[in-house]
Amino acid sequence: MAPLLQIRNLTVEFSTRAGTLHAVNDVSYALEAGETLGIVGESGSGKSVHALAMVGLIPTPPGRIVSGEVLFEGVDLLKLPERELRDIRGRKIGFVFQDPMTSLNPVLTVGRQIMEPLRRHLGLSAAKARARAIELLDLVGIVDPARRIDQFPFEFSGGMRQRVMIAIGIACDPKLLIADEATTALDVTVQAQILELVRDLKKKIGTTVIWITHDMGVVAGLADTIQVMYGGRIMERGPVRSVFKDPRSAYTWGLLRSLPGKLTAADQRLYQIPGSPPNMIHPPAGDPFAPRNEFATERCLREVPPLLQVGAGAPGHMAAAWYDLPAALENKGYA
Amino acid sequence: MGDFFASLVKSRSGLFGFVLLTLLVLVAIFAPLLGLASPIRGDLLARLSPPTWTGPFNPGPHPLGTDEVGRDVLSRIVHGSRLTLMIAATAVVLGGVVGTLLGIAAGFYGGIVDRVLMRLVDIQLALPLMLLALLVVAALGPSFNNLIIVLALTSWIRYARIIRGQVLSLREREFVQSAHAIGASTVRIMLRHILPNVLTPALVVATLELARIIIMDAALSFLGLGVQPPSPSWGRMLADGRVYISTAWWIVTFPGLTILLTVLSVNLLGDWLRDYFDPKLRTSR
Repeated sequence: MAPLLQIRNLTVEFSTRAGTLHAVNDVSYALEAGETLGIVGESGSGKSVHALAMVGLIPTPPGRIVSGEVLFEGVDLLKLPERELRDIRGRKIGFVFQDPMTSLNPVLTVGRQIMEPLRRHLGLSAAKARARAIELLDLVGIVDPARRIDQFPFEFSGGMRQRVMIAIGIACDPKLLIADEATTALDVTVQAQILELVRDLKKKIGTTVIWITHDMGVVAGLADTIQVMYGGRIMERGPVRSVFKDPRSAYTWGLLRSLPGKLTAADQRLYQIPGSPPNMIHPPAGDPFAPRNEFATERCLREVPPLLQVGAGAPGHMAAAWYDLPAALENKGYA
Repeated sequence: MGDFFASLVKSRSGLFGFVLLTLLVLVAIFAPLLGLASPIRGDLLARLSPPTWTGPFNPGPHPLGTDEVGRDVLSRIVHGSRLTLMIAATAVVLGGVVGTLLGIAAGFYGGIVDRVLMRLVDIQLALPLMLLALLVVAALGPSFNNLIIVLALTSWIRYARIIRGQVLSLREREFVQSAHAIGASTVRIMLRHILPNVLTPALVVATLELARIIIMDAALSFLGLGVQPPSPSWGRMLADGRVYISTAWWIVTFPGLTILLTVLSVNLLGDWLRDYFDPKLRTSR
C-alpha cells in the first residue's frame, strides 16, 4: 500500500534582509497510515517550517518552496491551488499549535471555534455542529461540555485550552494530525495528561500523527518513529527503540547524552553539545552538524551525507553520517 | 449587562452623558407627540417674543421664545435634533462600516493595498476636513443624503487608521494561523476572526466621531450648506439668530446650548466607554 504521506526533496527558503535563509533542505520521508512520527530538533531545524510548508501555511513571500513534492493520498499538495488546499486543511489534515493561550480567538466562544471546521468542511447544520462539538469536548476530556461550550477561552486553563485545540484539530476526523510543539507551553503534569489524551485518541480514532517537539522524552513516550532534524535536514530517523538504543548520528547521540539520567551519572554535569546552531543564511557546506561534531571527518565538512539505511540497525533505521558513530565512540573511549 | 450598568452608575460623568443622550434621543423620536408648535410656520404677530419664564409680561405659549419670523425656538430645536441625530448617526455608521472594513483590509493584506489606502488617508488628513466637506457639498448640492455622504467621507479615515493598527498586530497572532489551518478563507478570517476583535476600538472611535460629526453638521448648516430651509437645523438657527443677539439673545443661546450639551454628553459617554473596554483600567471596576 502506498504511504499516506510521501515527501520528496522538499526545500524551503525565506528571503530576509540579510540574505536567503535555507530553512528546509532536501527533506524526504514517507509516513504510513496509522503511524506516529515524532520529529525532534532544536529551534530553526526546519521541523515546523516543513510541516507548515506541506499544506501551504508559510507566508509567501518571504517564504518560498523551491522544490519538492508532498504526496498526500497520492496527490501533490504543493501543486494544488489554494482553494483546494483549504478543503484539505482542517478536513484531512488537522493542526494543533504550540501556544494554547494565543491560538484560540479570545473574542469567540470555544464552541464557535470548534464548530467552524465542522460547518465549513462537513456542512453540518448549527444544531448538529453544536452536538458534535459537545461530543468532541467530551472526547478530549473536558468536564461538563454542554456548559463549557458557550464559554470564552479566558475561562479555560492552559491545559484545557490545549484540549480544545486538539478537539478543533480532530473535529473532522482528519487522516493526519500535525501537532507543532503542542505540549511545549504546558507544565509537565499537564503535558503528561495531554500525551495520555493523544495516545488514547489514537486508539479510538486511529489518526496518523506527526508530533513535532524538541523534547526527546515526549517522542519516546508517544511515537513509533523518530526523526531527528538539524539545519533543515534529516540527520537520522527510524523506529524509536532502535534510534534511542543505537544512535548513528552524532547529533542524536548528543541530544540523548544531554538528557539527565540516560548517559550521565548522578554527580556529573549534564552534557552540552558544544557550539551554537548554524546560521542558515550561510549554512555549512557539508554536514550541517559537522562544525560542532567532535567525530566529524574531512569529508563531513565538504560534502552533505545522504540519508542511508544503517547497516546493522533495525529496518527503516537511517542516518546521514560519513563517520561510523559506534566505531568513533569506541575510539574516543565513550563506549 | 449588569456589570455594564454598575460601572456606568459608578462613573458619574458617564452616567450623566448616558442619561442626557438617552433623553435627547427619546425626545427626538417622540417629537410629534409632544404637542409643540410647528417648527416651520411662524406667528408674525409673536415675532421675537422672549421665553415665557423671563417675566410676568411674557405669558406667550413659547417656552424658549420665538425667532425673527415668530417660529417657536423650542420646537425648532427639538425638530432640528431629529435631523441632526439622524444625519450624525447614519454618517457615523456609514463611515464606521467603510472605515473598519478598509482598515481591516489594509492591515491584513498589507503591501500595495495598505499603501494605497493609507496614502489616501494621509492625503485626506492633510486637507482641512471642513474644506473638503465644503467642496463636496458645493459640487453635489446640499441635501440630506449628500450631507450624510460628506460627513461619512470625513469620518472613515479615523476608523481606517486605528483599525489598521490593531489588525497589524492581530494578524500575527496565532489564532489567525489556526484559522488558516482549519481551512478558513482569507475573507472569512477577516470577517469572522479579525472583525470581532476590532469592534471595541471601532465603537470607541464611533462615539468620538459622533460628537465631531454633530459639530461639523452644525457648522455646515451655519454656512448654509446643511439641510435647507425651512427644515430646522441647529447650525442654521445660530446663523439666522446671530444678527439679533443683542435684542433677542434666546434665538442663538438655546440652540448653542443644545449643541454644547449634546456633544458633551456624547464625549462623556465615549470617555467612559473607552475606560470600560480598556483592560488596563479594568481593576478599578
